[in-house]
Amino acid sequence: MSKFRKKGGKELPPISTASLPDIVFMLLFFFMVSTTMREVTFMVEIKLPTATELTKLEKKSLVSYIYVGEPLAQYQRTFGVSSRIQLNDQFANIGDIQDYVIAEREARSEEERPHMKTSLKVDENTKMGIVTDIKQELRKSAALSINYSSRQRVER
Amino acid sequence: MSKKIPEIPSASLADIAFMLLIFFLVTTTMDVDSGLERKLPQWVPPEELQDDQQIKERNVFVVLVNRNNELLVENEYESLDNLRERAKEFMANPYDDETLPEKEPQEVQFFGEVMITKGVISLRNDLDTRYGMYIAVQNELVAAINELREELARQEFGKSYGDLDKDQQDAIREVYPSRISEAEPKKVGGS
Repeated sequence: MSKFRKKGGKELPPISTASLPDIVFMLLFFFMVSTTMREVTFMVEIKLPTATELTKLEKKSLVSYIYVGEPLAQYQRTFGVSSRIQLNDQFANIGDIQDYVIAEREARSEEERPHMKTSLKVDENTKMGIVTDIKQELRKSAALSINYSSRQRVER
Repeated sequence: MSKKIPEIPSASLADIAFMLLIFFLVTTTMDVDSGLERKLPQWVPPEELQDDQQIKERNVFVVLVNRNNELLVENEYESLDNLRERAKEFMANPYDDETLPEKEPQEVQFFGEVMITKGVISLRNDLDTRYGMYIAVQNELVAAINELREELARQEFGKSYGDLDKDQQDAIREVYPSRISEAEPKKVGGS
């Protein structure tokens, strides 16, 4: 004990804070670079199915998303428990998909439009009926490139 | 002040910062959006829709998924594990079987004249099929075609399909086209 006491006699030197801004900036940059902004808040619960033959979605700016799943607990009072479609930040009906696709297309420049993709994020327990309806609507609005979003399956 | 405090050396700060940076860079997994890529067919108004009678029966590989998530492949029950092999056999038709699809000679770069299958995989599902099952089936079908392409790439170029250049990939894609049709939804009697 006496060993420690000896040092305590002197005044405690204040820790230099000169490096603090650097550390903070570093963290800031790190988070700025690494976070992918999610533009919408999920209102439906989605557990993606698994698959092995995956293709990565490149050029996020060209992708529009359609979410399908059961509404989260806080929305179940108003929207029920059966699977619903979510476009942007609200629940939607089948009929809204064409308008959504057109709006998404309008938001892109002319030369980007042929490369647009639609990513279907659908819960794995959804019935195919609703997915088939969505596919038909997408075909009607000529959004033919689609991507069934799924997770990488770990090979047994 | 009794004594001047000695300055803490900040020369090592950069090292610490880099160490942290590298640590985070290595450990974080960015969530990459990935999935099964598919192309939907052009929309055809229902009144113009013709029955695809011109496709011969031996050229179509019918996969049905019913509401209980069971598979019916070419009119017999099948398990998901065997689907990939069946689809590969159908698309390749190595022994020119009478019941498997016809082939057509076609000129392909690098390969010369090759027999290309006329087979089409047709996937139909029930309204109550689970989406997860549907994706699993699609995955098997895509995997079948990918495996065939991979085998051909190894045999012809001695390299993996992914390592080939664009022309070679195109050639292989021509030999084994990805013809998976997600059928028009239509009423199929009973269930």
